Amino acid sequence: MSETTSFSGNKGLQIEEKLIFEMGNPGAVAVDLPEPGPVDLDRMGGVRKRADLALPDLSEPQVVRHYTRLSQKNYGIDTGFYPLGSCTMKHNPRLSEKVARLPGLADLHPFQPRQTVQGALEVIDQLAWWLKQLTGMPAVAMSPAAGAHGEWCGLMAIRAAHEDSGQGHRRRVLVPESAHGTNPATAAMCGYSVDPIPAKENGRVDLDALKAKLGPDVAALMLTNPNTCGLFESEIIEIAAAVHGAGAYFYCDGANFNAIVGRVKVADLGIDAMHINLHKTFSTPHGGGGPGAGPTVLSAALAPFAPVPYVVSGPDGLELVEGRREGTKPFGRVKGFHGQFGVFVRALAYILSMGADGLRQASSDAVLNANYLQARLGDVLTPSFDGPCMHEALFDDRFLKDTGVTTLDFAKALIDEGYHPMTMYFPLVVHGALLMEPTETESKEALDQFIAVVRGLAEKAKAGAAEDFKAAPRHTPRRRLDETLAARTPILRWKA
Amino acid sequence: MSEMRFTKDHEWIKVEGDQGTVGISDYAQHALGDVVFVEVPEPGRTIAKGDEAAVVESVKAASEVYSPVSGTVTKGNQAIVDQPGLVNESAEDGAWFFKLTLSDPAELADLMDRAAYDAYLATLE
Amino acid sequence: MRYLPLTESDRAAMLADIGVKDVDALFRDVPAAARLAEALPLPRHQGELEVERAFTRMAGKNLSAGCAPFFMGAGVYRHHIPAAVDQLLLRGEFLTAYTPYQPEVSQGTLQALFEFQTQVAMVTGMEVANASMYDGATACAEAAIMACRVTKRRKVLLSGSLHPHYVETTETSLRFTEMEAEPLPPDPLGLEDLLGRLDGDTACVVVQNPGFFGGIRDLRPLAAICHELGALLVVMVAEPTSLGLFDSPGAMGADIVVAEGQSLGMGMNFGGPGLGLFATRDKFVRQMPGRLAGQTLDVDGKRGWVLTLSTREQHIRREKATSNICTNSGLCALAFSIHLTLLGGTGFTRLAELNHAKAVQLEQKLSQVKGLRVLPDSYYNEFAVHLGDEVKAAEVVDRLVDKGILAGVPASRFYPTWPELAPVLIVAATEMNTEDDMDRLVAALKETLS
Repeated sequence: MSETTSFSGNKGLQIEEKLIFEMGNPGAVAVDLPEPGPVDLDRMGGVRKRADLALPDLSEPQVVRHYTRLSQKNYGIDTGFYPLGSCTMKHNPRLSEKVARLPGLADLHPFQPRQTVQGALEVIDQLAWWLKQLTGMPAVAMSPAAGAHGEWCGLMAIRAAHEDSGQGHRRRVLVPESAHGTNPATAAMCGYSVDPIPAKENGRVDLDALKAKLGPDVAALMLTNPNTCGLFESEIIEIAAAVHGAGAYFYCDGANFNAIVGRVKVADLGIDAMHINLHKTFSTPHGGGGPGAGPTVLSAALAPFAPVPYVVSGPDGLELVEGRREGTKPFGRVKGFHGQFGVFVRALAYILSMGADGLRQASSDAVLNANYLQARLGDVLTPSFDGPCMHEALFDDRFLKDTGVTTLDFAKALIDEGYHPMTMYFPLVVHGALLMEPTETESKEALDQFIAVVRGLAEKAKAGAAEDFKAAPRHTPRRRLDETLAARTPILRWKA
Repeated sequence: MSEMRFTKDHEWIKVEGDQGTVGISDYAQHALGDVVFVEVPEPGRTIAKGDEAAVVESVKAASEVYSPVSGTVTKGNQAIVDQPGLVNESAEDGAWFFKLTLSDPAELADLMDRAAYDAYLATLE
Repeated sequence: MRYLPLTESDRAAMLADIGVKDVDALFRDVPAAARLAEALPLPRHQGELEVERAFTRMAGKNLSAGCAPFFMGAGVYRHHIPAAVDQLLLRGEFLTAYTPYQPEVSQGTLQALFEFQTQVAMVTGMEVANASMYDGATACAEAAIMACRVTKRRKVLLSGSLHPHYVETTETSLRFTEMEAEPLPPDPLGLEDLLGRLDGDTACVVVQNPGFFGGIRDLRPLAAICHELGALLVVMVAEPTSLGLFDSPGAMGADIVVAEGQSLGMGMNFGGPGLGLFATRDKFVRQMPGRLAGQTLDVDGKRGWVLTLSTREQHIRREKATSNICTNSGLCALAFSIHLTLLGGTGFTRLAELNHAKAVQLEQKLSQVKGLRVLPDSYYNEFAVHLGDEVKAAEVVDRLVDKGILAGVPASRFYPTWPELAPVLIVAATEMNTEDDMDRLVAALKETLS
C-alpha cells in the first residue's frame, strides 16, 4: 500500500465502523421503558414466550454515533453534483420535511373517521387537482407507491378496460428496446407478452415498424417520453393515433415528466395513462431507495377502472371511496391504506412553492442545463445523437476507443474528483452509455467546474493513463468492491 | 466423438451415438463475464429443440441456455453448479451443462460447424 | 425562485454557448400543436411563509392522534418513536441519496441495509430477508406470487385472519395471471377450517398472526400440513412489535414471513409510506423479489457491501424478473432499523411485554361495559370487541369522536356487506395509552351504549 496507514484504520474523517451486531453490551439501553410486570400467558393462544432474540443492546450515544458515521460514507444531493441520468437528483427542499412533520398531518391514523381528517383528504385532493391540471388528464389514481407500481396500475386499468369491452384477447404489449426494465416486467405481471419495437437512427421510435407490429391482439404501447435517450418523441401524436386506430391504449412512462412540466400537457399528446414519479418530478427525497410515489393519470376511457381508494367531494365534505361505486369498475387495490401520504405532503409543498411559473422555469432550466453539458462536452465526449436533448444528455464510449478505459473506469474516476457518477450502461441501445442529468438544481458555476473535470479526464484517458483509471476510486471509504465474490458466495446477513 | 456443432444462441453440442453433451461457447462465456450462478436440468426431463434447458448468470447479465436438439436429459453437471467460475475457465470442455439422449439426430443438420460458427461470430461485431 | 440557482444572465450566456436564441428552441422536437406558449393559468410561486401557512391550515382541520385518547390499530399502530430516529433520518447523506448503485460512495446505505436485513431475519426467525418492499400489503402479494413460483402451483389460500387490504391487494395482483387467489370469509373468532381447503394445487396458505381481529394462533400444526402437501406457509405480521413477545413465525415453521414495518420508526402518516418486510429460507433466496445488500471485499481486501443477486431483478431479467419492483422503501427501512437498534434485544422484548400488558389492562377495564364482549381469547396488543347485537360500531365511533376519543376501527369499514360484523369494533392498546385514556374510553362507552 502506497499511503501511510493509521493504527485505527481510520483516515481522518473517514472512520471505520463495525456492524451493530459486533458492538453492543448486554444490558445497555437507549430507550427507557416502564417495567411491564409479569406476562399474562393466558392470553397468548398457547404460544410460548420468545427466548431466542439475539439483538444487540446499545446506549443512545453509541447508536447516534454509529448512524452518523454510516451517513458519512454516503454521497447525497446535499453533498454535491449527482448527475445520475433518468433518476432526477434535484434538491430536496427542507420546507417539505418540516410541514410533513406537523402533528396534524403526521400523527393521523388512516382509518380515523372522515370528519377528523378533512385536512388530510384536502392534501390528497389538492395534489390530485394539480396533477390533473399539469397533465390535462381527467383522472388520477393516487395510491401507487412508486414508478414501477404506477406502471402496473396503468396497465391493470388498460387490461380491465379491454376485458370489460370484450377485448380481453388483446395480450401483446409493444415496448421499445430502449425501455427501462420495469416496462417489460410490469407487462408480464399483467399477463401480457412483450414485443420489442426498434428505434430509428435518430433515437426515436420507428413509426413504420410500430405500425407493422400493431394488430388486433395488441393491448397497449408502453413508451417513455421524453424517452430514455433524453429525446422527445417528435412523432408522438402520430404514434398515439396509430395505437388508437388499432384499438390499443397508449401508456406513457412518465419517469421523465420533469423535462416538460408546464411546457406540454400530456393530454395533448394522446396518451391514455401515465405515472408520475413524485420523488423525481416533484422533488421528494429519494431516501437511499424510496419511499417514492407513482400516481397515475388516466384518460376518461380508463378512469372508471381506477383502483380504490380515491377521494371525492360529498355533501359533508371530502370522503374516501374504498369500495365499488355506481358507474365505476375499479380493477382492485394496489396497496394498503390510502397511498404514500407522507410523500404527497412533500410533493404538494414543492408544487405550492414553485407554482405554475416556477414549475415551467424548472423544466426549462433542466433542459437548458442538459443542453449546456452536451454543447460544452460534445467535442471531447461522443454524443449519441445530434440536435438538442431534453433534460439529460446521452454520450457513448466511442471517445474511449483504444484508450483501455471503460465507461465504468471513467465513472469511478469521477468519484475521486468529488462527483457522483452519471448513469452508466443505460439505455442499452447505445454502447457504453453515459447518461447525464444535471437537473435545474445546478448553478452555471457548478456545471462549469464539472465540465472542466470531465474534459480533463477525457483528455487524460486519451493521453494513455488507463492504469490510473483502473485504480480509481482511491479516496473513498471503500475502493472497488468485488461483485463477483458477493454473487458467488452470497452473505446476506450477519451471523454470530 | 463427433465434432462440436453450434447454435446462433452460442450453445455447443458434441454427439457420440445418440448421446449429446451441451455447453455454451467460449464467446458466450466471455460476453457474460464472471459467471456466478448456473442452473442445470434434472435428469429425466424431456426437452424440445430450442427449449430453455439451463440458466447461466453473471453479475450483470442472465441468460437461458437453449437446447440445440430435442431429447431426454440424462445428467446435469453438478461441478459447474458448485463452482460457476469453471464456465469461464473451460466453457468448451469440462464446463458442459448437461447430457441428453437425442430423440431426433436429424436436427443436428441445422447446426453450424466450427468454421461456420466462427464466420457467424465475425458478423456480430 | 429559491430552488433555482440560474440567473437571467447565466441563462443568456448558456444559450449563447449552445448556439440557440432561446429556451423554446431546445423544445423544437415537441409537436407545435402540443407546445404551451406560457405558464399554465394556475397559482404562482409562494414563499416558505405562505406555503407553511397553507399546510398549518390543513393540519388544523384534522384531529391528530396525540390530541385524543387513541385506540386505533387494524394495520397501523401508534408507538413512541425515540427522538434520535428522526434526527438521524434527516441527515442529508441518508435523506438525499439514491439507490446505492455506486457502492464506493454508498457504504452507509449499504451497511445499514445489511444490518436491516439481519435484524428482519432475526426478529422473524428466518434465514434471510430482503432490503424491503413498498408496504405490508404489496409484500404479501409478492409472497403469494413467489410461493407459486417456488411450488409451480397456482392456488393461493388467503385466511380470514388476513387484513382485508392485504387480501384485496393480493387478489388484485393475481387478477390477470395464471394464479388464483382464494380468500376465506372474515374470521373474528378464529374458527376457520384452513386444513380442509388445502389440496395438491395449493401453492401457499397466507395467515396473519396476530390475526386481523387480534387472535394468536400456534402455527405449528398448519405448517406441518402445508409441508406434507408440498405447499408453503406464508405468515403475515401486521404488528412487528409482537415479534418480541412470542415464538417467531420462523420457529413455528413459516416458509415466507412478510410484515408491515410501520410500527417501528415511522409514525402513522395517514397510512403511508409503509415498509414491507420480506424474509424467507436460504434455499428460496433466488426466487425472492426485491433488492438485496450483500457482503464482499474491496480491492484492498477490506470488508464492504454491494447490491447483489440482481439478476433476479427487472433491469436485467426484464419480462422474466421476479417482480417489477425497482426500489425498496429505503428511508423507512433505515427508520425501522434505527428504532430497533435503539431498543436492542432487551428493549424490544420489554416493549412487546408492555404492549401486551396494556391490552390485558384494557380488556379488564372494558369488561365493566355491559353488553360488550371481547371476541378472541388470545391477543397481543389488539382485539375485536362485540358491542351488542343492535349496536353499529361505526356510529359508536362517531359519537365518541364528539367526546374527543378515537375509539377504534369499526369492522364494517372493511366488510360493509356483513351485517353480523356491524357491531364489531377493533381496539388496540400500546405503550402510548395511559390508564386515564382507558378510563375515559370505558366511561364514554358506558354512556353511549346505555
